[in-house]
Amino acid sequence: MSDITLPARPTHMRMGSSIGQNLTRREGVLKTTGAARFAADNHPAGMVYAAIAGSDVARGRVTSLNVDAARAHPGVIEVMTPANAPPLAMDPDAKLHGFMFRLDLLQNDRVRYHHQPIAVVVAETLEAATEGAALLAPTYEVEPARTDLGADDSFVPAAVGAGHTASESHGDVEGGLDAAVVKMEATYDTPAQYHNAMEPHSIVVEWQGNTLSIDMPTQGFAMTQGRIAGLFGIPAENIAIRSPHLGGGFGSKALGVGPQILGIMAAKLVGRPVKLVLKREQMFGPVGHRAPTRQTLRMGTDGTGHLTALSHHARTATSSFDDFFEPAANSSHSLYASPAIATSHDAVRLDTGTPMFMRAPGEAPGSAALESAIDEMALACGMDPLVFRLANYAEYEPTTGKPFSSKALRECYEQGAARFGWAKRPMEPRQMRDADGMLVGWGMGTAVFPALMFQGQARARLLRDGTGVLEIGAHDMGQGAWTGLAQIAADALGLELDQIEFRSGASHMPDAGIAGGSAHTATAGAAIDGAGADVIGKLADLAMNDARSPLFGAGNAGVIARAGRLYRRDDEARSESYGEILARAGLDDIEGMGTGAGDPVLRSSYAMHAHGAVFAEVKVDPDFGQIRVTRLVGAFAAGTIVNPRMVQSQYYGGMIWGVSFALHEHAVTDKRSGRVMNANFGEYHVSVNADVPSIEAIMVEERDEHVNALGIKGVGEIGITGTVGAIANAVWHATGIRVRSFPITLDRLL
Amino acid sequence: MNRFEYARPATLAEAISAGAAEGSVFLAGGTNLMDLMKGGIARPAHLVDISRLPELDRIEHLDDGAVRIGALVRNADLAYDRDFAKRYPSVAEAILSGASAQLRNAATTAGNLLQRTRCAYFFDTASACNKRAPGTGCDARGGENRLHAVLGWSEHCIATHPSDFCVPLVALDAVVEIDGPAGQREVTLEAFHLLPGSTPERETVLVPGEIITGVRLPADAAGFAGHTRYLKVRERTSYAFAVASAAASLRLEGGVIVEARIALGGVALKPWRARAAEASLVGKPADASYFRAAAALALADATPSGGNAFKIELARRIVTRALGLAAAGTPDRVPALPASPFSGAAAHV
Ligand SMILES: Cc1cc2nc3c(=O)[nH]c(=O)nc-3n(C[C@H](O)[C@H](O)[C@H](O)COP(=O)(O)OP(=O)(O)OC[C@H]3O[C@@H](n4cnc5c(N)ncnc54)[C@H](O)[C@@H]3O)c2cc1C
Ligand code: SF4
Repeated sequence: MSDITLPARPTHMRMGSSIGQNLTRREGVLKTTGAARFAADNHPAGMVYAAIAGSDVARGRVTSLNVDAARAHPGVIEVMTPANAPPLAMDPDAKLHGFMFRLDLLQNDRVRYHHQPIAVVVAETLEAATEGAALLAPTYEVEPARTDLGADDSFVPAAVGAGHTASESHGDVEGGLDAAVVKMEATYDTPAQYHNAMEPHSIVVEWQGNTLSIDMPTQGFAMTQGRIAGLFGIPAENIAIRSPHLGGGFGSKALGVGPQILGIMAAKLVGRPVKLVLKREQMFGPVGHRAPTRQTLRMGTDGTGHLTALSHHARTATSSFDDFFEPAANSSHSLYASPAIATSHDAVRLDTGTPMFMRAPGEAPGSAALESAIDEMALACGMDPLVFRLANYAEYEPTTGKPFSSKALRECYEQGAARFGWAKRPMEPRQMRDADGMLVGWGMGTAVFPALMFQGQARARLLRDGTGVLEIGAHDMGQGAWTGLAQIAADALGLELDQIEFRSGASHMPDAGIAGGSAHTATAGAAIDGAGADVIGKLADLAMNDARSPLFGAGNAGVIARAGRLYRRDDEARSESYGEILARAGLDDIEGMGTGAGDPVLRSSYAMHAHGAVFAEVKVDPDFGQIRVTRLVGAFAAGTIVNPRMVQSQYYGGMIWGVSFALHEHAVTDKRSGRVMNANFGEYHVSVNADVPSIEAIMVEERDEHVNALGIKGVGEIGITGTVGAIANAVWHATGIRVRSFPITLDRLL
Repeated sequence: MNRFEYARPATLAEAISAGAAEGSVFLAGGTNLMDLMKGGIARPAHLVDISRLPELDRIEHLDDGAVRIGALVRNADLAYDRDFAKRYPSVAEAILSGASAQLRNAATTAGNLLQRTRCAYFFDTASACNKRAPGTGCDARGGENRLHAVLGWSEHCIATHPSDFCVPLVALDAVVEIDGPAGQREVTLEAFHLLPGSTPERETVLVPGEIITGVRLPADAAGFAGHTRYLKVRERTSYAFAVASAAASLRLEGGVIVEARIALGGVALKPWRARAAEASLVGKPADASYFRAAAALALADATPSGGNAFKIELARRIVTRALGLAAAGTPDRVPALPASPFSGAAAHV
């Protein structure tokens, strides 16, 4: 089932480790042939279908549902409403910690946002369930929707993002601004955006007594299990979740969303296995989004283009009933050297679903504003944007004074600029045209993303036949965990990739921690590395303490593991295979465990970030304002590159997301009703292939001795940062028009 | 109700009689109708599947030099028909600038003409919409209407007709061939779509049971082949409806315009023929200043219907450019980015 076996492939010709090899995705054949099973591909015997009825209004009360009509529809089994929803062991509105989000589980008749689930229809077929949901024809008592980010009842949240303080101040910002020779102040708007993984949220769930068998895409087994356990009052170990492949997650599949829980409730109500899959429009509400922001940046420089002060304030929004605050202003903490830096947030409550972590939460909109503002400041100083950034290069993290664990940003600037041809950029805007008369502009942005780590565990086993097994409940969201983590596992066990079985993607395995924050490869990788070291250590103990082994008495000299054998470190002529050691000890196998987590001492001593520089070329039609990004060059330094092909895809994906952010994505909300008017892929635009004709990602060499034993930083989100600003700056350079509101649409350039 | 009757008549006559029944709707490629049915916007009682009717899927070159495009000819098949694309390159270009390859493979000629507006309030059954539910009002007014109409709209409806294909067709005097309970008739495409007035629910001149059998381009339409273009401005490089578009066709003799055809897309509830602008060009040299003046005439009656005043100036510029492109001559092949202001090098469409 979830312990899927991946097709064996020949080992690459190589010298040295599996880490660093440019392997293709090991599950690629499964995916391209349709053999890969995503959650909704499962059909346990007796399964029925659930369809959610979502609210048409953004705020109010449901006053009636035509349950009889739905029930009477052929094939409909049951209609779940607040009147008959199975009782939960815990109030879905309870919030015991910051990572517990309030869910809409039919607890009452309140409507708090458009597309909120207000009933679930269960039927023998998807069609019957869908029609049953339509037949409910709800009526509402509608209350006026709050849709204005600029509303004057704002407040300062207790914390933003994942528990950061809402404001920080270092040095004398007002003094620095007063003393500045050149100053700028500008306000930038970013819109609400909705995570829209190709695979919508889904669940296939079966109750067996008080245990649960679940197929659902999740970015975090233990946290999802814990949430379900709490809601249903059953032990977490009674909940088996399989999630071998996710069709994207981007943060929205981290914690288990309300609609998935509704599927579990529905299965309980009807006593049969249930499948529930969200419709595309239902992705615009109950599964999180990126909140809009309005950010004001103020900067001052001395006569030589060095910052004297940097102030970054972000207004954002959360839902009426829960708290998540896009930590956009915190983007200014670690990038540019300034003697004074202040960041702050405030927020309003809008009638939307609760915002959520969405790929580069805070960093994406924060970087869009900061990198635009830096460009404006460079211009005000009469400096080339790259020269200005180098003048304000932070040798130490500006807000903490800590040294960086590693920082090859200067190399990123150099290599990216060289590849792009930045040196030929004229300072003034509207200087370049192509053969068709299009305005051409070049812009750049700096990319930065923290090198986070969570907690993860892995189990390693060596078998008498000389092979190994590595087990970890990790998550492949398309980023390539099946491949990259297996490469780490092979090295950890001192074996070739085809000599190990890599098992992943299910909750009964050691938990790898949440696949988010660009921290999964670092966390899971460290756990795998530790598990390998543990089992090799045990094997070495067996050999070194056994007088019949050629390794006997190696003692402090130690042994090293390579290609399925242990070698005496001081005399490689003395070695023994794993199988020989186990056989002599009469063991079939030997097991080890490893934990991956950041080292608290190192983490408090060093600032840890991945860095990069993104260069963009845009063409703008001088009459129509239609924009096309014709060239993107990113150069990124993110420590050890486990698999260049996977990493390059992450950089590409991030940069393309940046194009989307800069030019396309935004939820169109009717300001009167609070309804999302473009909740479909026809009208909610994301970039298409024709929008990205040329993209390059340079992997800049970087060794980091401090982030973790393998030197891995994250690569999943950094590509967005830098890119959005680079495009906005390029649009300015092409047209001379500074657009401070995203996405940049053609009407602003007419 | 999603309970509908489904019939696949074997002949045109059967289709017409099935289509005349109350609540009947024809199904062709389904790319528009199916979405509307899934969203509860269209709730037909009888679905009459005409997609396999014989004889309606041909491109016929008639004796008088006209071409008849069968109602069921797929958009992609038409655009990639060599003869057709050679004679009517702006029509091919318009088709290929629309939707996606998958949609164009399924979409039919008649279906394209009859596709419904993309107004978000029309699609959202919880919104007031005179077109979907006559008399309920129009939530687009005062709502999100950046992309709505600037020509021919009424206080009852400010939506646009989204088709690209129709724009060069109307410029080239296409005729819609219709069969129905009362027999055959034909209407110019220009007269086929109705402006909203006080009855935005009435979109075309078709009466129940009437079926489009084909669209005819008259012989003289091919006379523009050397100077005909379609130009479409959109919010991403591909796979987006037009913010505004224009088809321009010229007949030039010794550098002088002897005939001009101009139509606009994305600006009104029908493909918008700009006859006064056309007339202004006759006898003039193919010169940008005249193109600008003609474009101004084409938009002379335009007024914003909401937050969309920019479309008026944008449309003017598109018409001007389209005329310039037509004057410069039709390219040998449809560009890799069809109808785009951007050149198609490294297109990835
Ligand atoms: C995501 C998306 C993007 C798109 N982008 C574009 C774009 O950029 N430009 C563009 O021009 N179009 C675009 N389209 C629209 C597309 O061109 C239309 O959906 C298509 O042309 C409809 O043709 P069909 O054969 O599928 O029609 P159907 O969906 O089968 O029918 C549409 C309507 O026509 C009626 N009908 C069909 N045939 C006949 C007939 N012979 N006689 C009488 N009535 C008939 C049907 O009853 C129905 O009411 C897009 C569509 C989608 C979904
Ligand atoms: S503009 Fe027309 S289609 Fe849109 S809501 Fe108004 S009446 Fe309906």
